[in-house]
Amino acid sequence: MKPELGGTRTVESPPPRRQAPADAISLRGVSHSYADLQTLAGIDLGVPAHGVLGLVGPSGCGKSTLLELICGLREATAGTIEVGGAADPAQRLRRCAFMPQRDLLLPWYSAIDNAALALRNQGMGRREARAAAAGLFERFGLEGFEAVRPDELSGGMRQRVAFLRTLIAGKPALALDEPFASLDAITRAEMQEWLAAALRTDPRTVVLVTHDVEEALYLSDRVAVLSSRPARIVAELPSPAPRAEDRDAAVTDPAFVATREEALRALREGAR
Amino acid sequence: MRRWLLPLSLIALLLGLWQLACSSGAIADALDLESFLVPSPAEVASSLWDNRGLLAENAWVTLREMLLGIVAALVVGVGFAVLMHRWRVLRDAAYPLIVASQTIPIVVISPILVVWFGYGIAPKVLIVALICFFPITVNALDGLRSVDPEAVKMMRSLDASRWQRFRRVEAPAALPSLFTGIKIAVVVAPIGAVFAEWSGSSSGLGHLIQSDTAYYLVARQFATVVVLSALALALIGLTALAERRVVTWR
Repeated sequence: MKPELGGTRTVESPPPRRQAPADAISLRGVSHSYADLQTLAGIDLGVPAHGVLGLVGPSGCGKSTLLELICGLREATAGTIEVGGAADPAQRLRRCAFMPQRDLLLPWYSAIDNAALALRNQGMGRREARAAAAGLFERFGLEGFEAVRPDELSGGMRQRVAFLRTLIAGKPALALDEPFASLDAITRAEMQEWLAAALRTDPRTVVLVTHDVEEALYLSDRVAVLSSRPARIVAELPSPAPRAEDRDAAVTDPAFVATREEALRALREGAR
Repeated sequence: MRRWLLPLSLIALLLGLWQLACSSGAIADALDLESFLVPSPAEVASSLWDNRGLLAENAWVTLREMLLGIVAALVVGVGFAVLMHRWRVLRDAAYPLIVASQTIPIVVISPILVVWFGYGIAPKVLIVALICFFPITVNALDGLRSVDPEAVKMMRSLDASRWQRFRRVEAPAALPSLFTGIKIAVVVAPIGAVFAEWSGSSSGLGHLIQSDTAYYLVARQFATVVVLSALALALIGLTALAERRVVTWR
């Protein structure tokens, strides 16, 4: 049995359709504070279904907090967040799969059991879950690594398994928190191409946090630049070539380079 | 090979020196004692053999006290650690108490427990359990708390229920630390058992050592100590073996 990864796996009925092309993820006037420390100040953002939004900003500006808010792992101090039309945090949690900064593969499970974690949590038996994950291992270049323990995998392989684990959950929205931050430059470029291909074959609504402007521009349809704390949006730039098949050509294209410089300028100004 | 060879040679060397010091009468002369009060390793070995039935009988009594006590501490300690991990209020309330309970020397409470529970096995098991409870509970709790909060968020967003989070992330993460606690417990268990027997009993290795004092059976006392420490070593070995079987990811 092949898992339906394109569709939603949510139990409740699909959200009501609106007249305008409603955003799959939308944030209106979202603010957040930890006690006296304000981290986010009036964030407005929208991601259309199957769109990828990149979030870049200075370190510690609240990018990760924003992701946790979207996923319903945390509650905003003010403003509304909707994922697939649902504003309730528990409902958002059901529609989002969160990929944390480090891969956090569980060392006591094999690669395939790590990838199939969501299916097991959703009540599937071990054999079934493994069979479902095995198809994806094949499709995403992880064949032969099913039974391997995470500590025997390379950094890039670990990120692939971690991403598959997120994808397999079958949720319409993915929240990726600096997925490739721990990788070296070569592996990172490879992984960006890999992720671009994965999203081409299995499109989802994605919010991608990264500190790498080039990565954000290559993988996203649009990139929002955040200022330092309390974070607000200082620029929103459309990417010239989202997830292009030829990454090297895309990132050296003059339009791409110009957008990258513009984003970097906004980032520097916002950091002041 | 080297791992075993070095400590074994050291033991052989020490036994040799001891044997030499005894057979030449050096220790007995220096302490101004009769030579039968300072048994040589050879005499201890022959006592070990001559008293094998008696020692085995009493070893079984003490071993049973230790095992039951360790198992009781394991059940209660792990249960308590899980509850304290689940309910912070309970942890904040009980943790200082658990630490404070460790300041009470076991020697002091064991006679009281004998008064309460009599000369049977119950007070011994209770004392061993009391002494093992602390390392097991504290280490199990530390293990549960060592879980990466990011991993918990990841599991929540992968639809894990509270129980699934415990079963798939927190419990396995706590296992190495729990085994550390069990190893400490296994080392202190014989101390608890011996103190408990000294407070009132009619059998067991601790009882044997105590009653032999009256008859100056020093060689047999040494033999008893050898058996007691062999029991503890065997338990440590078994724990290490179990850890290797269970914690396969380290």
